Amino acid sequence: MDSLGVVLVAAGAASLLFLPFVVFKSNRIVPGNPCTLAQVLPAWGALGCAAALALAGGAALWAVNARVRLLLALLGVVAVAAAAAAAGDTLTPPGDRVVRIAPGGAFWVLIVCLMLLATDATTRMRPRPAVRVLFLALSLTVIGVALALGTFDHLSVMREYAVNATRFAHEARRHLELAFGSLAAAVVVALPLGVLCHRRPGLRPGILGTLNVIQTIPAIALFGILMAPLGALAAAVPLADRLGIRGIGAAPAVLALFLYSLLPIVANTVAGLKRVSRAAVEAAHGMGMTDFQVLTGVELALALPVILTGIRVVLVQNIGMVTVAALIGGGGLGAFVFQGIGQTAIDLVLLGAIPIVTLAFSAALVLDALVEVLDRVKA
Amino acid sequence: MITVEKLTKRYGETTVVDEVSFTVERGSITVIVGTSGSGKSTLLRMINRLIEPSSGRVLLDGRDTRSEPAHLLRRRIGYVIQGYGLFPHRTVAENIATVPRLLGWDTARIEARVRELLTVFSLDPATYAHALPYQLSGGQQQRVGVARALAAEPVVLLMDEPFGALDPIIRAKAQDDLLDIQGRFGTTVVLVTHDMDEAFMLGDRVAVMSGGRLLQYDRPAELLVHPADPFVSRMTGLADRAMRLLSLVTAGEAALPGVAEGPAVAPTASLREVLSELVWSGADAARVVDADGTLRGRLTLADILARGAP
Repeated sequence: MDSLGVVLVAAGAASLLFLPFVVFKSNRIVPGNPCTLAQVLPAWGALGCAAALALAGGAALWAVNARVRLLLALLGVVAVAAAAAAAGDTLTPPGDRVVRIAPGGAFWVLIVCLMLLATDATTRMRPRPAVRVLFLALSLTVIGVALALGTFDHLSVMREYAVNATRFAHEARRHLELAFGSLAAAVVVALPLGVLCHRRPGLRPGILGTLNVIQTIPAIALFGILMAPLGALAAAVPLADRLGIRGIGAAPAVLALFLYSLLPIVANTVAGLKRVSRAAVEAAHGMGMTDFQVLTGVELALALPVILTGIRVVLVQNIGMVTVAALIGGGGLGAFVFQGIGQTAIDLVLLGAIPIVTLAFSAALVLDALVEVLDRVKA
Repeated sequence: MITVEKLTKRYGETTVVDEVSFTVERGSITVIVGTSGSGKSTLLRMINRLIEPSSGRVLLDGRDTRSEPAHLLRRRIGYVIQGYGLFPHRTVAENIATVPRLLGWDTARIEARVRELLTVFSLDPATYAHALPYQLSGGQQQRVGVARALAAEPVVLLMDEPFGALDPIIRAKAQDDLLDIQGRFGTTVVLVTHDMDEAFMLGDRVAVMSGGRLLQYDRPAELLVHPADPFVSRMTGLADRAMRLLSLVTAGEAALPGVAEGPAVAPTASLREVLSELVWSGADAARVVDADGTLRGRLTLADILARGAP
């Protein structure tokens, strides 16, 4: 029997027995009534869902073929998602906008177990990078189409979305701007710094040490540290204020993310350049390439996979950390998270958290694939 | 023609190359030989200015190499190093096209040249042009390294221990190839090695270096017969100097008119090989016979032995 399968099946079965599948709440902040799968679905629906879960469980325990495991895990995900959607439709009185049907503990445990099963199966299949990206795109498309068709409209998170649709688009865009903007700025600064560290080993401990110290400052503390100088700058220079550079808001958020981003990129640039074959660099000089041509055409080109690994770390880290920027008025999807915490409205927290996790996961997967494609060429 | 004049390199107090002067004739092969730390690589790298000399100068066809920017000078000089330094992220064809691209040749000309060189180095263009370096064997990588250095038809080819990483059989083949290609393109070659056998086999002239100084610059036979310094004798080896001398003369050159009974040898065989053949077969003389069977003459044991003495 598959040991991972045993754990996943045990967790899934226990959650079905002891945790609610959905929670019925008469409005968004009151504690709700737990409902099991059997209570919320018509008999045939519950049976169908149970059958799909049994198949996935069987695959988790006994199937050796990774494709079978993946296929049945995905079938399980679809069944659980469909059951939750159906529960939302069944439990919501027609025309009602106040009632909240929230996915319960069993739903989340099942989804997590099935996703783990799918991930494990995918890893065993060792798909090529392009296939992995394609698979991600396909999954996101399916989810997107389901959302667009209103499949989950009666579930609590989508209810929160319906109320906040315009703001959601705005904050999501803001989230991406903050994450990618600070990354772009960090790349522009960190690449030359990395090259400098490589060329002048004497400077390396100083530069990397400083960046290391920055890395150890907690995000909230860094926001606080930046608040005073940026506030003073805004007060002294009206232009800065007009450009939005103030003690609170996007400026300290971007600056903090930028500072956090430097270390991984600089360190990986140094490591990447170090592994470039010295013979290749000498031959490049010997054949009459200019210093710039050697740097871009040989050194950075060969270090690229390692540098991209650093960029991947930073991007995933930034997508997560932008969340905290909402605390100082920086905006982004974190705004929903903190607003939800303030209102004890867990659905609102999820409206912010689920897209953040999805974004980070997608970014990691795409960049990993890119690194692998580039690294095919053995250095 | 390369003229090296009082070339010197100092790092602080240490003098790595000390007032070295010599001249390399156009179309010839000069081998710089020495122990590690003798300054031979530094000397070579000062010719294409990968290392700037502390004093002295290098003239390339009469023109001071410092009269143009270093990277432009290097595009006119081929350079091959131990380990070859192929670009691992570029295909064989792209590697070979490096200097022509830097020089801005048009695509058709580059393609034709790459194809020509691959063929010359017995690498089938269809199979190897789009291969990546790691897919090649060591010998193939070495050939691509030399092809890349020759791509833009340089007047001079500098080679720093180019065969050091090859096993003996492939190394011998690579050395033969180099002689063949040097003959075909008429390139002036300066090669650095620590291997005296290699120096004797390839060099029209051999420069022996020790402690940064050029001890002797001469034809291989002269190094054996008239060593300028005890160190030169030690480098060339006293024990088998007669054999080395024999290895420098071919049977074709030494053959005397006449007929003999003994084994047939090719005119390209060295006297050392002919002697070995005679010892092995117990004969007193060998017949020197062309590939098409024409008798070129004979070599007696006594003829050969006479050639091995100074």
